[in-house]
Order: sequence, then C-alpha cells, then structure tokens
Amino acid sequence: MITRLLAACTIGTARLVTGVRCNWQGCLPEPKPRIYFANHRSHGDFVLIWSVLPSALRKQTRPVAAADYWGRGGLRQFIGERVFDAVLIEREIATRDRDPVAPLAAALDAGSSLILFPEGTRNTSAELLLPFKSGLFRLARACPGAELVPVWIDNLTRVLPKGEFIPVPLLCTVTFGPPLLLEPGEGSMPFRERTRVALLALAPGADA
Amino acid sequence: MSPGAPTAALFGGIFAILIAASLLGFALQRRYAGESTAATIENFNARVRAWWIMVALLGFAFALGKTGVILLFAFASFAGLREFLTLTSTRRGDHWALAAAFFVVLPLQYYLVWIEWYGLYSIFIPVYVFLILPVIAALRGDVTRFMERIAELQWGLMIAVFCLSHVPALLTLPIPGFENRKLLLVGFFVLVVQASDVLQYVWGKLLGRHRIAPRLSPSKTVEGFAGGVVSATALGAALWWLTPFPPLHAALMALAITLMGFCGGLVMSAIKRDRGVKDWGWMISGHGGMLDRLDSVIFAAPIFFHLTRYWWTV
Repeated sequence: MITRLLAACTIGTARLVTGVRCNWQGCLPEPKPRIYFANHRSHGDFVLIWSVLPSALRKQTRPVAAADYWGRGGLRQFIGERVFDAVLIEREIATRDRDPVAPLAAALDAGSSLILFPEGTRNTSAELLLPFKSGLFRLARACPGAELVPVWIDNLTRVLPKGEFIPVPLLCTVTFGPPLLLEPGEGSMPFRERTRVALLALAPGADA
Repeated sequence: MSPGAPTAALFGGIFAILIAASLLGFALQRRYAGESTAATIENFNARVRAWWIMVALLGFAFALGKTGVILLFAFASFAGLREFLTLTSTRRGDHWALAAAFFVVLPLQYYLVWIEWYGLYSIFIPVYVFLILPVIAALRGDVTRFMERIAELQWGLMIAVFCLSHVPALLTLPIPGFENRKLLLVGFFVLVVQASDVLQYVWGKLLGRHRIAPRLSPSKTVEGFAGGVVSATALGAALWWLTPFPPLHAALMALAITLMGFCGGLVMSAIKRDRGVKDWGWMISGHGGMLDRLDSVIFAAPIFFHLTRYWWTV
C-alpha cells in the first residue's frame, strides 16, 4: 500500500516537473517481455521511463539497478526493491560469485520487462552516449526471444544536473525506437555498436 | 451599470460559437469519415475541444475575480517559460539563474501585479532582473557563449512572464466609472486577439493565395491577414459595450492589438524555425504548446495595456 502510494507520488512529481511527453516512434506499448535500453545521465532516468509507460505495462516493468548502490540496505534498498521492484545486479567482477545475467533472465522468463542502462554508469561526460558494456549483449544472448527497445531520454540532465538539488522544470521527452533482436551468430562488439547506433538515432537532431 | 449582464452576454456568445463549432466538427467527421481530409477534421475537433477547456478555465478564473485571473496567467507564464527555455541552449552554469527565473522572478512579477504596484511590476524584469540574473550566472564562472545564454534567458522572461503579465495587469488600471467592470476589459482583449487568430486562419483557408512570409510560416497569407484584421477590428467595434471606449475607439484598439498579435505570430514563428521545431510544446491538444496559443496575446498585451493606460486612466 505505502509502496504503491510512494510510486504514484514519484511518478506524479516526475510528470509535473518535466511535463514529459513520450513518442512511440518505432513500436507501440505492448505487454510482452521487452528490454528497454536507454541513455543514462540522471538518477531520474528510470522514473521518467516508468512514468510514460501505460500503468498495465508499468506494473510488469522492472529497472535493472546496481547492487553496490541500491542494495546496501536502509532507505535506498527499500526504495529500490519495494517501491521500484528493481532487479539488482553485481557490477564488480572481483566480488561477484554468480552469473549477473541470471536474475535478469529469470525476470524476463517470469513475464517482466526490464529497463537497462547499457552504458553501465551515469554519463557525466560531454559525449552524447558512452560505449556500451557487455551486459546488454549477454542478456540478449540468454533471452533471444525478448525484444530490445531503444529509449532516448532527452533533456532530463538540464532539469537536474549532477550536483544540483533544485530541479528546473524544463520539458523532457522519452522516445521509444523500433525493436531490435540479436542476429544469429552476431558477436558482442558488432551487437554493442549496432544497438548503440540505434539508440543514438533517436537523439534530437540526429537526422531529422 | 452592473457587470453581470455584459459578462453573461460575453460568455453566452462564446458558448454559442463553441457549440456551433462542435456541431460543425461532428457533422464534418460523419460526412468525411475515412477520407484524406479526416486528419484535418480531427485536428479541427481537437482544437475545438481544447477551446472548450480554455474557455472553461477563463470562466472559472473570472468567477474567482482578480486573484483567479492572476493565478491563471501565472500558470500560463510558467508553461510558456518552460517551453521557451527548453529550446534555448543554457548550460550547467545557468542552473541557479534558471531556478531563479522560475521560482523567484515569475511569482514575484505576479505578486507585484496582485498588489497593484505599477511602478515596480512595469520595470522589475526589464531593469532589476535584467541586471541581476547575469550576475548570478557570472558567479558560476562558465563563460562559454555567455552573452547568448543570458540574452536567451532574458528574452524568455520578457516574452513569457513580463509581457503576458500585462493581461491581468489590466485589472489594476484606474479607469474612472469602470471600477467594477475591469474583468470585461480582459474579456474584450482576449476575445479580440484570439478571434483575430481564428479569423486570419479561416480567411487564409478560404481565400489565401499569396504568402506573406513563406520562410517563417507557410500558413500566413496576405488574404488571411487582411480579412482577419478587418473582421477582428469590426468585432472589436461591435464589442465596444464591454469596454470604457466608444465604438470608434474600440475599433482602433482592436486594430492595434490585431496588428501586434499578427507580429507576435511572425516573431515566434521565426524562433521556432531557427530551432527547427513546428510547435513550442504539446500541452494543448491540436494547438501545440502554450506559446503557440499565446504568441499573439503576448505581443498585444503590453501595447493594449499602455494605450488604455495613457488615454483612459486618471
């Protein structure tokens, strides 16, 4: 109850502050297992994607979050696990003891969709998009049936730049591109480049 | 004379027009279902539906009086400012200045209108904010494109906040013998400016051949402009009973605000073209953003305010 209320408040605030608009440019909101992969510049990125999904889809869409940040107990863990229903993954290769992709694949098999940030960390550089880590490829290989939907989040970094605490209510957009699938025999590097290009194509001013 | 009867006549007339437009849209939709014009008709119907909401909001604000009108336009300024600043190229170093624009300058401007301090609300943004915001931005130390960023921010505040606040500021004008009827003057102004937009659109669709500014706006034509200006001026004259002006002066006022409104549309289109967007935003279904609906109001409001103040106040 309290968690649903918190989630609703978070979504309401996100919508109010950003006046967010969503473009289903390459696909429609459909209730099938999908991996939404997005650019990552702000802590609010996941909430913004969540807030533009129809509520039926939102209930079965879970963010993928770093266990070293969101799994450390206390309020953060409560928000991550209970409010946002995040799937936690181990980022540190040195300390992890099991396949980090397994819980993600299990969530997809259970009918959930996932929101994943394949840059692996928040992009604070001047680059539009960092190179992708291998996580998206490994997940696609483990779940070849799931559609990979690129999602471009625009302007959120201007609303709340890193290190600021007062959000400025500029308008944001979330653009959903055409779904991709892992090609048979496609290697990690070509796949990572192809998905990155597909995501960049959704950035404003990319072509049109 | 009490303001009740003219207010009822004003809103009654608007409702009659909206009912007619809704019926027309419904008939067109049934007649042309599935044909190539269906998208145009759907857009027309979306616009009419949005008009119902906008008229209802304005009516609600009128019912609450001065405070209601000020709150409504403060909200419109907020929506307009965020649309404008979204299209600017501000940087991280502008964050405090942006926050100040939204959370200090905008509320303060409308508060000054609310307490009717003409001497300050008429210079607050053009003088004080003009000088202080660049200081806030400069203190952050980011000099990249500094002049451009500051100019854009100041422009956004002038357009979306300062100019627009002159609509509710009409309520603060001391017009002898018109004390409890000032809401009607706001009604006259908003109705003439918006009718001028609609009439220019209608005349343009009916007779439009020669484009006025093909590089700025494909839909503005000489025929639409002339027809719109003449008919909106006539409408203004016919609505003289809402104002303190005699019919001829009401016509001249309507002419002035219609011309300014047209110029506002041109200038705001130029900015949109420069930034490569078709609409300012997506708030008002069928119309685009708040600034798409208010561009003419924004340019006409300060001029109408000062003409009225110069000739009709004590």
